[in-house]
Amino acid sequence: MTTQIESRRQRKVRQNSPISLIQKHSPKIIRPLVALAIFLVIWQVLCLSPASNLPSPIKVWQETWDPLIIKPFFDNGGTDKGLGLQIAASLGRVAIGFSLAAIVGIGLGILVGSTQFMYDAVDPIFQVLRTIPPLAWLPISLAAFRDSQPSAIFVIFITAIWPIIINTTVGVQQIPQDYKNVARVLRLSRQKYFFKVLFPAAVPYIFTGLRIGIGLSWLAIVAAEMLVGGVGIGFFIWDAYNSSRLSEIILALIYVGVVGLLLDRLVGFVASKVVPEEQK
Amino acid sequence: MSVFVEVDHVDRVFPLPNGGSYVALKNIELKVRQGEFISLIGHSGCGKSTLLNIIAGLDKASRGGVILEGRQVTKPGPDRMVVFQNYSLLPWLTVRENIALGVDEVMGHRPAGERKGIIEHHIDLVGLRAAAKKRPGELSGGMKQRVAIARALAIRPKLLLLDEPFGALDALTRGGLQEQLMKICEESNVTCIMVTHDVDEALLLSDRVVMLTNGPESHIGQIIDVEIPRPRQRMEVVNHPSYYSLRNEMIYFLNQQKKAKLHQSKKPQVVARNGLEKVNLEIGFIPLTDCAPLVVAQEKGFF
Repeated sequence: MTTQIESRRQRKVRQNSPISLIQKHSPKIIRPLVALAIFLVIWQVLCLSPASNLPSPIKVWQETWDPLIIKPFFDNGGTDKGLGLQIAASLGRVAIGFSLAAIVGIGLGILVGSTQFMYDAVDPIFQVLRTIPPLAWLPISLAAFRDSQPSAIFVIFITAIWPIIINTTVGVQQIPQDYKNVARVLRLSRQKYFFKVLFPAAVPYIFTGLRIGIGLSWLAIVAAEMLVGGVGIGFFIWDAYNSSRLSEIILALIYVGVVGLLLDRLVGFVASKVVPEEQK
Repeated sequence: MSVFVEVDHVDRVFPLPNGGSYVALKNIELKVRQGEFISLIGHSGCGKSTLLNIIAGLDKASRGGVILEGRQVTKPGPDRMVVFQNYSLLPWLTVRENIALGVDEVMGHRPAGERKGIIEHHIDLVGLRAAAKKRPGELSGGMKQRVAIARALAIRPKLLLLDEPFGALDALTRGGLQEQLMKICEESNVTCIMVTHDVDEALLLSDRVVMLTNGPESHIGQIIDVEIPRPRQRMEVVNHPSYYSLRNEMIYFLNQQKKAKLHQSKKPQVVARNGLEKVNLEIGFIPLTDCAPLVVAQEKGFF
């Protein structure tokens, strides 16, 4: 009896040991890592022969280690900069374009959603314009602005604005009649109605629009930069393709994906702070 | 008898999408004195909430109107505050802020300290001191309804309109809130019009019970005076001699309405016998001895 209890005690894992931590988070950490490892192995096997078109993971790692991975902020002048600086430049353009789109989009969305007249007037136009692919706006904006930088920012703006407008419009239109009745009975002034009833009721929808918009913006900037040039991750990818530096492309793609995910999570985090719990 | 609120021959017709029209209310006429408590009772769909919305000014009557203290009601206003069936609390504001929304709007000309005092007094009045900082998402149904009542009373309306205020609550909470409402109405002499399904609640709280017939084209079927003296106790009121006779009158009326509705939905059946077509005629409700000629004729075989 005593020996059995002792061995049971020995077998019990201590609370804070690494094994117990991994066991606790196993579904979220171990499983993706295992899937990733299997994927890398398949990739390596597919690209084993020297005649393959794409580099294998090991080759990518070897070719991009120095300087791209270990020195993300090197600056050799012109467009020969580290990936950190390239991504920062792209993010800068996204920031300007997205902020403009957010301000104009939310304003227009509230205006369109508040009055049936405006909604009936502009909704068909919006439905047509929003299906135009972002890059199709590039020639027009280049012709209008004549400079590549404002054109790229305009492409971001026009990409991000449609989900923001449409979601804001829906948010304003769906305000429950009960809240409107309360505002009518209390005879709230237009200003008070806007700040105390309309805006807080529409905020969850606005943040949905912003979240979709940021994702589309990041997609659009990479594509726009390929055509427009300058310092940016899109041009880096296109330039690397033209110089047949495929490993650099693959590394840049990984970075682009990770940054896109972080942007989405950032907007989601801001939304979770601003939107009250009960509304979700 | 000075009339405080008068509902003057109100009709309400709704246009239907297929072009027809639905007459919800027909020729509603009601006079309410100041300080009276009126209950509106009827089956679902008879237009009680529609009538309440018209009195509040949220809806406009197709014909006729509502007169409050000599002036016609055209738009909603804080002097006719409504306690909605769904509470209608703004979920992003705390309890205190919800009540403050009304108070600050209506009593904006008063100093801030006085307004704060009014808000705190009403929070205590409904017993929500402990939950004053919580949001509606953290409150139970009874607490939310108490906030709605506090918000309505804090702005000192002339007319308090309640749309099935206790419908979604359990019996215990309902009993407590009914007593609180009675106490508050007596203290502040507020005129109240309440829509309810609950016959006992109507008898406990009101001075008069207005019973509406079934829709469409519902009108006032009967008005019952509740002579039970105030102040009333929830547990004691059932002992009053007229309680059960009043209750039975109301239940009988509601049952008649239900039967009338069933009769309406039954279509006349054509019966063919002996080569002659027979039709079942719906003559309607003929009280006892008045139908004697028809019974004799039926016995004789005329039809």
